Amino acid sequence: MSDNRSLARRLFEPTSLERQAPATRAITYFLLFIWSLVVLVPLYWVLITSFKNEGAVANGPFYLPFIDFQPTLHAWDFMLLQNNTLGPYLNSVVVALGSTCMALLVGSLAAYALVRIRFRVKLAMVLIFLILLIGVIITVVTFRVPWQIALASAVALFLIALFTLARRMKTALGNSDVEFWIISNRIMPPIVAVLPIYVMFQQLRLLDTQFALIATYTAVNLPIVVWLTRDFFAAIPLDLEESAEIDGASKLRVFFTIALPLVRSGLVATFLLVLILAWNEYLLALFLTNANAQTMPVLVSAQNTTRGPQWWNMSVLIVVMIAPVIIIAAFLQKHIARGLLVGAVKG
Amino acid sequence: MTTAAVTAPDVVPHAGLAERFDRHAGRLMVLPAVIILLCFAIFPLIISAYLSLSRFALAPGGFTLNFVGLANFRKLLTGSQQYHLLGTFGAFGAVEWILLALGAALILFLFGRYLLSGRATVVGTIGRLITASLAMGLTLLLVATVVAGGVPGTLINTLLYVGIGVTAQFLLGLGLALLCSQAIRGRNFFRVLFFIPLMVTPVGIAYTFRMLADMQKGPFAPLLQAFGIGEWSWATQAWSARLMVLVGDTWQWTPFMFIVLLAAVENQPRDQVEAARIDGANGFQIFRDITWPAIAPIAATIVLIRLIEAFKIIDLPNVLTGGGPGLATESMTLHSFLAWRTQDLGGSAAVGYLLLFVTTIVCVSFFNFVVRPARRHEA
Repeated sequence: MSDNRSLARRLFEPTSLERQAPATRAITYFLLFIWSLVVLVPLYWVLITSFKNEGAVANGPFYLPFIDFQPTLHAWDFMLLQNNTLGPYLNSVVVALGSTCMALLVGSLAAYALVRIRFRVKLAMVLIFLILLIGVIITVVTFRVPWQIALASAVALFLIALFTLARRMKTALGNSDVEFWIISNRIMPPIVAVLPIYVMFQQLRLLDTQFALIATYTAVNLPIVVWLTRDFFAAIPLDLEESAEIDGASKLRVFFTIALPLVRSGLVATFLLVLILAWNEYLLALFLTNANAQTMPVLVSAQNTTRGPQWWNMSVLIVVMIAPVIIIAAFLQKHIARGLLVGAVKG
Repeated sequence: MTTAAVTAPDVVPHAGLAERFDRHAGRLMVLPAVIILLCFAIFPLIISAYLSLSRFALAPGGFTLNFVGLANFRKLLTGSQQYHLLGTFGAFGAVEWILLALGAALILFLFGRYLLSGRATVVGTIGRLITASLAMGLTLLLVATVVAGGVPGTLINTLLYVGIGVTAQFLLGLGLALLCSQAIRGRNFFRVLFFIPLMVTPVGIAYTFRMLADMQKGPFAPLLQAFGIGEWSWATQAWSARLMVLVGDTWQWTPFMFIVLLAAVENQPRDQVEAARIDGANGFQIFRDITWPAIAPIAATIVLIRLIEAFKIIDLPNVLTGGGPGLATESMTLHSFLAWRTQDLGGSAAVGYLLLFVTTIVCVSFFNFVVRPARRHEA
């Protein structure tokens, strides 16, 4: 009787403030175990499928290498040595790294300036600029005016307005407005912008080059960089920068030698997040690349069209694509979580 | 660029180049970002607007682009493409009318409460009118296509992905974060493991789930055959195909919610939790009174971020189901992409623009009516 009660107590009551009752703990572990399976089973299946040959896939599900089926490197050999996988892989690496570095450089410069220097952008000038831009596009498209002429006259008109009207206008946009504008660009679905970007690179004869993808990805990920780094810069104390400026250092110098090193861990988080987004991007690469600059996601998705999906080959591609990011993420996931948290707190 | 800043009037004579540069440093530092966004966002947006108002046709030696006004939008909203974007409407019965009336009553109630609160402003009223009319329109569409037995179009598909997907990801992520924040062994292991799906490319996820869900050769095939549904195919049924897309999407994005919410939960006031526990509060009370208020602003913000990205979904439906069966899994981005492939550039741009409108209104409304109050509550 008393034994029973003490057993029940031991099972269902917390043993101390930090530790919970064994029953609660068992449920916790059980649920965590279930979700671990949810995460691992798809990854495991891809991994073993990459070591199967056609027969091992076609003759029904086999689960355990060496017991169910004989693993083979056939698919790996085919995809990595005979097929041209290396080209797209290299493209992916170059594009992801290049665009991430560009986005980080441009974005953190802008974010720093927006945090530390007060801006006033005349609203009237923004409106005039937009009207002129729309005017140029309409005259070029409908009246077939050569775009050089249209652009030159628009620039001239804009400069005239800048030096005459601008001095009279009072309403101005401040830092938070500029910031909001930059970040809100992320709301735009890429499908809206991709057609004109495609035409633009076609006119510049840059379609299907790594440069086109790097430039586009930089633009797409720029809002995220500004949104995250802004909070990192806002969190560092002003005194260091001020004393450096009194010593005569330029703003740019202060940025590179003092501000950037101080937000290093935040930059790592931003870098990783943007790198992953660029590494996995599909839609823009689908539009802007063909044979030369094709990236891995496009290559993976293209496997479907030829002779139906060949799971073993596809699995090899997926494994080589996700292996490096998983390794990076495993080491640095704490940084990413912290970086995102800072961004989410301030919004 | 357009920055006519408040420069100091006292111009130093013989200012060196470096000094001049430094005076304009702020503007010059923002300039690259502004130029990039102008080239890759604003300029394309304007061109797209023009495209959506014109008809594109291939002609000998190039193409022609004729201005047709709102014809592309009319075609999508009321004309020959209506079934594609909005769906085919079912007949309205009693249930449909009741649901519709409930939706309208809720929207009117919220709107009326705002007007009577005494804090109503002109801008606020206009903003709420836009939100309310979009909400009403989408409710009508949802009832007409999903409840009344019609066929949902790409707009409703996208909303289903966004609504159901983000909700599921948030709840799962929150649950896992609460589990992982306890004092258990192997926390770091679970943390890294649960984070991994976020890294996997969506195209890869689509193929992986196609392999897993294969009824004959997938790992669950023996199980399914034991249940006698081995011959059945999820890809031929509208709702099971949608469910597959949602499963893939949830598998990928739950980790995103999980890591941020976990960091937020770990940042909650420790002393308050301990005090509550000494006073004998149970887990649910602690969550309701301490944890939730502490993480609500962060939760609202990451849901907003996820909302923004969720509207852009294309990779999963494109690879997993190709938008089928019929157009059951086709998202608006995929719709626009397919229109582009058939050289209907005007239609493609019009779908893109409609997606932009819906995304913007939903996200701005969410920011104003959920994220802001959550933050104000905290402060």
